[in-house]
Amino acid sequence: MPSIAELEKISSQIRRDIVRMVHAVNSGHPGGSLGCADYFTALYFEIMNHNPSSFTMDGINEDLFFLSNGHISPVFYSTLARSGYFPVKELSTFRKINTRLQGHPTTHEGLEGIRIASGSLGQGLSVALGAAQAKKLNGDNSIVYSLHGDGEIQEGQIWEAAMYAAHHKIDNIISTIDYNHKQIDGDISDVMDLGDIKAKWQAFGWDVMSMNGNDMQDVVTTLNEAKTHLGKGKPVMIIMKTEMGQGVDFMMGTHKWHGVAPNDEQLESALNQLEETLGDY
Amino acid sequence: MKKYTYTEKKDTRSGFGDGLAELGNENDNVVALCADLTGSLKMDAFAQAHPERFFQVGIAEANMMGVAAGLTIGGKIPFTGTFANFSTSRVYDQIRQSIAYSDKNVKICASHAGLTLGEDGATHQVLEDIGMMKMLPGMTVINPCDYNQTKQATKAIADHHGPVYLRFGRPKVPVFMNEPFEVGKAITLQEGSDVSIFATGHLVWEAILAHEILHAEGIHADVINIHTIKPLDEKAVLASAGKTKCVVTAEEHMLNGGLGDSIAQVLSRNNPVPIEYVGVNDSFGESGTPEELMEKYGLNADAIVRAAKAAIARKA
Repeated sequence: MPSIAELEKISSQIRRDIVRMVHAVNSGHPGGSLGCADYFTALYFEIMNHNPSSFTMDGINEDLFFLSNGHISPVFYSTLARSGYFPVKELSTFRKINTRLQGHPTTHEGLEGIRIASGSLGQGLSVALGAAQAKKLNGDNSIVYSLHGDGEIQEGQIWEAAMYAAHHKIDNIISTIDYNHKQIDGDISDVMDLGDIKAKWQAFGWDVMSMNGNDMQDVVTTLNEAKTHLGKGKPVMIIMKTEMGQGVDFMMGTHKWHGVAPNDEQLESALNQLEETLGDY
Repeated sequence: MKKYTYTEKKDTRSGFGDGLAELGNENDNVVALCADLTGSLKMDAFAQAHPERFFQVGIAEANMMGVAAGLTIGGKIPFTGTFANFSTSRVYDQIRQSIAYSDKNVKICASHAGLTLGEDGATHQVLEDIGMMKMLPGMTVINPCDYNQTKQATKAIADHHGPVYLRFGRPKVPVFMNEPFEVGKAITLQEGSDVSIFATGHLVWEAILAHEILHAEGIHADVINIHTIKPLDEKAVLASAGKTKCVVTAEEHMLNGGLGDSIAQVLSRNNPVPIEYVGVNDSFGESGTPEELMEKYGLNADAIVRAAKAAIARKA
């Protein structure tokens, strides 16, 4: 079981991978990816019970993760590669022609670790709930995790799914919202205010927790605590505060880096702030 | 000339419901979801026999498609049920991304397709669904013609891996099909040398009636039931058109994007012959009885007879 310091070393490498991948093709979404690097690291290197070396679509007796806000594919791909789903060197093919690492995640290219396509927002919670129900039908006590953007929950389908989960008492899922308070056009409160999101999810019948998504200790502790909330008739939602662009000073505190790649100088500056711990791809 | 008769009329949706109920008893992996139309879709028997495998989703079709996609992860075979309009246009992006592009083994079962929905009118009478669904890569599109074939198709698609759109309807129509059903395999109902009539869904019975009318006038038609629009049985289409040298297509659907388009594409590439189309021409439907609507929009045996004569007249 890795220590918090060890997890932080992994997340530093994942952040390096993110900025290098996005820079290499001058496209992609670094901001949200950087903000969620600690969550992905905790999930894949500490929290989930999973088998990276023998991926199956059905994932029987494994914990499953679904990324609903597919545009943060860089952090997903890096995490999958670094945890052993596919060779790390394949990260260099991100967004290039004939790649399995499409701009947004897909099952279509047979990339290990991906169980649903995402990118068109608002669909992943429904899918995760279906997978959670399949686990119940199979007598499989594993856990389903899902991640959603905060802007993403402006989509109506999210609330259809929220209602469904509570009605059917789907209590083997831990969903998380990346609450960085930013979307492409600006601050959430300016674009389409979400109001009191904790109260909203509670009103929809969810057991709502919160954590600081950029504090590794808090992420690990909260996710472990969330597991103890399962099996009680309610789905679990964690509202995860993050900083878009976390770890790269000039990408933080702005929505500008939602979907913009750094240039050569900016890449160098970013990499100077992120320790190479596991070897670059 | 074969003689087709019937002793009763039944709705194709009941064929779906009865097929689903049998599947529920035979295959533990079959699960069903419905968006507040359990009675209309005839899913009650399955729901009552297998409550643990039946998921009521309420009036939330987008969520239904996503949940169905998720249920396949773990080996379930989900059958979704709602009206054809809410099974396609309302949830096109959910089907596109979470089911088709994600290669999920979901069976999208759609009732009340086309004009024969009747009095509810154009908001519910989807006539574009075959086109929308056949455009999705990897999607199988099936439109059976009567109770028996719908029941057979429902059972067959459980063993057919991959996403399927199964389209059926509301009105009671003659039960006449006894031929075996195989996904993607057209069924020749009548053989003739003057014109080929390719029909799908409710228009198959009308094509049989049209064949009788033409026969009485000395015109001999091939009548072929295209229950699977995608993948299309190109071999059957080319064999018949090669013999008769002219074609009529008949469907309860928009001309743009329908069965006729698929057949025209095959013929234009391989053997261009005159084609006449029986379908709805760039129009929404309206309220009325199914019979009144099919008459008004030219979707019956008389329309097929007229089209057959027009196609024959265009032969070189």
